[in-house]
Amino acid sequence: MTKHKAVGLTDDEVLAMYRLVLAARRVDERMWILNRAGKIPFVVSCQGQEVAQVAASFALEKGSDYTAPYYRDVGVVLAMGMTIKELMLQAYAKASDPNSGGRQMPGHFGCKRLKMLSGSSPVTTQIPHAVGIGLALKMNKEKAVSFVSLGEGSSNQGDFHEGLNFASVHKLPAIVFVENNQYAISVGLDKQVACKQISDRAIGYGMHGETIDGNDPFAVYKAVKDARTRAIEGEGPSLIEALTYRLTPHSSDDNDMTYRTKEEVDAAKARDGFITFREYLVEQNILTESVESDMEQAIKEEINQATIEAEEEPYASAETLFDAVYQ
Amino acid sequence: MAQMTMIQAITDALRCELRDDENVLIFGEDVGKNGGVFRATEGLQDEFGEDRVFDTPLAESGIGGLAIGLATQGFRPVPEIQFFGFVYEVMDSISGQMARMRYRSGNSENAPITIRSPFGGGVHTPEMHADSLEGLMAQQPGLKVVIPSNPYDAKGLLISSIRDNDPVIYLEHMKLYRSFRDEVPEDSYEVELGKAKITREGTDVTLIAYGAMVQASVKAAEELEKDGISAEVVDLRTIAPFDVETVVESVKKTGRAVVVQEAQRVAGIASQIVAEIQERAILHLEAPVLRVTAPDTVYAFTQAEEVWLPNHKDIVAKVNDVINY
Repeated sequence: MTKHKAVGLTDDEVLAMYRLVLAARRVDERMWILNRAGKIPFVVSCQGQEVAQVAASFALEKGSDYTAPYYRDVGVVLAMGMTIKELMLQAYAKASDPNSGGRQMPGHFGCKRLKMLSGSSPVTTQIPHAVGIGLALKMNKEKAVSFVSLGEGSSNQGDFHEGLNFASVHKLPAIVFVENNQYAISVGLDKQVACKQISDRAIGYGMHGETIDGNDPFAVYKAVKDARTRAIEGEGPSLIEALTYRLTPHSSDDNDMTYRTKEEVDAAKARDGFITFREYLVEQNILTESVESDMEQAIKEEINQATIEAEEEPYASAETLFDAVYQ
Repeated sequence: MAQMTMIQAITDALRCELRDDENVLIFGEDVGKNGGVFRATEGLQDEFGEDRVFDTPLAESGIGGLAIGLATQGFRPVPEIQFFGFVYEVMDSISGQMARMRYRSGNSENAPITIRSPFGGGVHTPEMHADSLEGLMAQQPGLKVVIPSNPYDAKGLLISSIRDNDPVIYLEHMKLYRSFRDEVPEDSYEVELGKAKITREGTDVTLIAYGAMVQASVKAAEELEKDGISAEVVDLRTIAPFDVETVVESVKKTGRAVVVQEAQRVAGIASQIVAEIQERAILHLEAPVLRVTAPDTVYAFTQAEEVWLPNHKDIVAKVNDVINY
């Protein structure tokens, strides 16, 4: 059996999954161009983590599950239903941006329509929020989960501990998804944690923990799918760690060559899940040349259109400064 | 009508809201089985069940974050922070997040959360258990800060706070918990947020206070009356946003004002009130507006507490200064 069928994914589903990975990568690449052209103020990138993000989101139920993503999660938010135009609106910080109306930094994703709760710039605050949503789901007896994602750097914050502990004490339907991209801005993993893997921390909370290859979409999909099943069945939360690598600097304002080498980054690029996923689909004859070129073309057109439209939208006016401070 | 202490009135308000709105939840450290370290939530878990009134792990930041998540799902969380000095552990949840949910979501989310917490000096609790930190809260747009001075207001203000659609910091002065009783209706009622109350009418000077300093101000007014000085006492009740109109109207009438706060002096609520008065009523003033505050030190150790805390004598002295200016 093929790898994707072994985890219950059809050919069409893996193709849809790859399309989201491709869209996330292409949107991110466009963001960098727009930033360097002086059009948008800031980029905080998803590159290298798209496969993990999309595969994890694919295991969720769109429309019923809640997400509390972190700032690199372009793949998550696209997979949960945010449009490329909406991503562009938040990158440009335009008034019609559904994330925050241009109030927050780019990458602070939130959208009521998509059951997606916005985080704030200090990292890890989203975990207790997602745990609160998990408690609400349990109290309301809803068959849904609260999915929260973060970088491995966030696993050192107090809110990680406070949130996971509470979630496990009350066996809440929550999935804590750590995208371990090896760096907290400039600080490498060996100066971040002393444990072998972030998922080891699950033991201390009495919850399920596992580490998987974040470049392997099927391993990620299966781990999150199983976590969702456990959560729905009342078995409590899971801590899933997906091993990835951040291929870009931390942000458009960072120079990563001050703390890591080009050789290290190049080696990671060769293992990039975006490439290996594509190779798998080509080998399986799911991604044919014509399917791929149509896909690339359609995504490019959508990004072009979204960029133009977002650029034409007005910024929020200063008169709105007093709006939504209080009811 | 029943005679209630302030803490009984608070418990009564919580009971009313748990009964009248199934979305109201109470949680925090020791609030369930134990009924709170001051017994503010006594009996509520037995009455409403462990889903509505529950103990959390010892984790203030988690309590704040949990409240936000629950609030986005339609609940009205009423978490307790055991002592307000512990608020530093949950500052990011409060000031960084719940206060900004509405703003940063482009008005699509809100956080109808009421954080209850005991604070204030005079009961021999040392620093971190007695600090008056309302000024920190008042500096955060998006938050409302409420401080009752008596049992009747405590019940009505707490019910209004819980029903409010924005986050409210509701601070309970520990010295007032059991120091006197008031007539408190057994039915549910609201006291409007953002409205001050003229506790005592007067014509010569306005005393502006909140929390335990209202009692000290009333006591000062009674002493001043013996000397023929008629002092009006304004109880702010809501610290942020505060009722500037009532304050200014009173000062326009009396021409003199002393602002009283238990907190330290620098960058406090009293400074803000003085600024508003001089901006809006300077031509009505017969004397500079003075302040009675605690000194700018860390909250006093128990043996020095009575020296450190402002009292009615300090207020009388300041009033004499503005009268004799």
